[in-house]
Amino acid sequence: MTDIATSAPIDAASAPTSGQRLRTGTQIYIYVSLILVAGIVIVPLLSTALGGFKTLGELRGNPFGLPSDWQWSNYTDIILSKRYWLQMSNSLIIAMLTVFLTLAFGAMAAFCFAHIRFFGSSYLLNYFLIGLMFPAATAILPLYIRIRDLGLIDTYWGVVLPQVAFGMGMSIMLFRNYFRNLPQELFDAAFVDGCGYMRFFWHITLPLSRPIIATVGIISFVSSWNNYIVPLIMLNSESRYPWPLGIMIYRGEFSTEWQLVLAFITLTILPTIIAFFLAQKHIIAGLTAGAVKS
Amino acid sequence: MLMSVNGAASGGAQALPRRRKRSLSHSKWPVLILFLPPALLLFTVLVILPMGEAGWYSFYNWNGYGTPTQWIGLKNYQLIFRNGAFTQALINNGLIVLVSVLVQIPLALWLASMVASRIKGALFFRLIFFLPYVLADVAAGMIWRFVYDGDFGLVGGIAHFFGADPPFWLADRNVAMYAILGVVVWKYFGFHMMLFIAGLQAIDKSVLEAADIDGATGFQKFRLVTLPLLGSTVRLSVFFGVVGSLQLFDMIMPLTGGGPSNSTQTMVTFLYNFGVTRMQIGFGSAVGVVLFVFCVTLAFSYKRVFMRHD
Repeated sequence: MTDIATSAPIDAASAPTSGQRLRTGTQIYIYVSLILVAGIVIVPLLSTALGGFKTLGELRGNPFGLPSDWQWSNYTDIILSKRYWLQMSNSLIIAMLTVFLTLAFGAMAAFCFAHIRFFGSSYLLNYFLIGLMFPAATAILPLYIRIRDLGLIDTYWGVVLPQVAFGMGMSIMLFRNYFRNLPQELFDAAFVDGCGYMRFFWHITLPLSRPIIATVGIISFVSSWNNYIVPLIMLNSESRYPWPLGIMIYRGEFSTEWQLVLAFITLTILPTIIAFFLAQKHIIAGLTAGAVKS
Repeated sequence: MLMSVNGAASGGAQALPRRRKRSLSHSKWPVLILFLPPALLLFTVLVILPMGEAGWYSFYNWNGYGTPTQWIGLKNYQLIFRNGAFTQALINNGLIVLVSVLVQIPLALWLASMVASRIKGALFFRLIFFLPYVLADVAAGMIWRFVYDGDFGLVGGIAHFFGADPPFWLADRNVAMYAILGVVVWKYFGFHMMLFIAGLQAIDKSVLEAADIDGATGFQKFRLVTLPLLGSTVRLSVFFGVVGSLQLFDMIMPLTGGGPSNSTQTMVTFLYNFGVTRMQIGFGSAVGVVLFVFCVTLAFSYKRVFMRHD
């Protein structure tokens, strides 16, 4: 699955360029279509957020509109609860550890593949790329046994290490391609000046690699933050649950009170939505370009 | 004296890099020994070995305690393919691929061609369309469970408005899978749209201008120039549709969990419901192996298709 190149980088924020000025009729048609589709995207999200402000009775009669009497306590009770912050911090800790190790191990291994020829290097690279071919779900039961035998069941590491391992193929692939495209003259010049591999990696390669670090970091952060199956299998205690598991538990507990579940969903996806609008350019470019290139 | 040192240095400059390089290449081992093992160890222990073990466990009847001893040969595989729920899962995985090809790709291409044209607010629409892709599958599934709810949800509200009985699509085994397909499209069309935007941007504008000069209409330009040039994007989009279908799990769990009566199982929910929750390590591993075979076949056949065309 390597080197699938769409020839242009995906840049969501660049100004559209194609074609001549459009006729008014065409413009109206385009706007009507776009607003219609945008409505289908937005309405479920918006009514989820608004539903969290309603009473259960009002939700039954009026799932779409504004709440007649805003029930702020639905939201404040959750924000003031320990479980919400516990789940958020669990997700954050797991995601940060995952990102750090995916970046560190991936960049180090990729550096070897990019700059050093050694016996079997191309076979070893292909070995890592096997990891791109199948998801963690295929091996989830033996993985569970292995994590159990390592004594890591119900720990953060029991979630982090499998996530890092299954992200290794993507990380090595993206880093290696980037490192190889750095100007070769840098490498030659550094060698002439007696700079060893380690110093070259630390002082020259890494400072030049911010864009790819951002890409790999975003991909592994988002996939860890949203991951469900690995923590589902590896964790038992609710006190260690990240938020996707937390939503399921919450929904199980309050299955008769949709308004609370809706408030809870809204609060758990809020960080994602805020982050998305703050860093949309990087996130879109990272997620699409990353997927395409690996 | 100074002159001669400089002279010697510049005179030796040709030979110097090679000598230095060789002496440094001796020092490649420390970096290899330090930089490779973390990735190699983790990847081997937690990706490759478990996959191999899945193959081994799949020949046993084992509940996960002690060591597997009860060898049953290929019986797990026979049980899988005789299981009606697994057949249904295969059909559903096929349906997802079908929807991604017949609905998602045309939709994504249509939207991409609109937001790539010169209109105000195009960037805003791109952002909105991409938003569901960033949300977790679990959250999307939960949101749509509310949307589809007959008593409190949006679909229920619409039915109520028209005076119809409250519909419970997710509880109806004939409808539930189609309801889920709707969520799949809702969640992923924005990603495919971004692929097509990139594909459209890569098209050489002069080709379209040439078509203009030859008097091609907008639709002719699209059908005869744009579409053929988007071939690789279409293949990429199909590929992601198939990969996504093979992995679909997180979204199903909050929506239906695979029910009612197994009508919305996918291969992964089948693995979870029949292997993990019942601690049937052997059976679940066999399902994993089947899934693995699908994934690898896909990866290789895809590569061959791509190698041939691109």
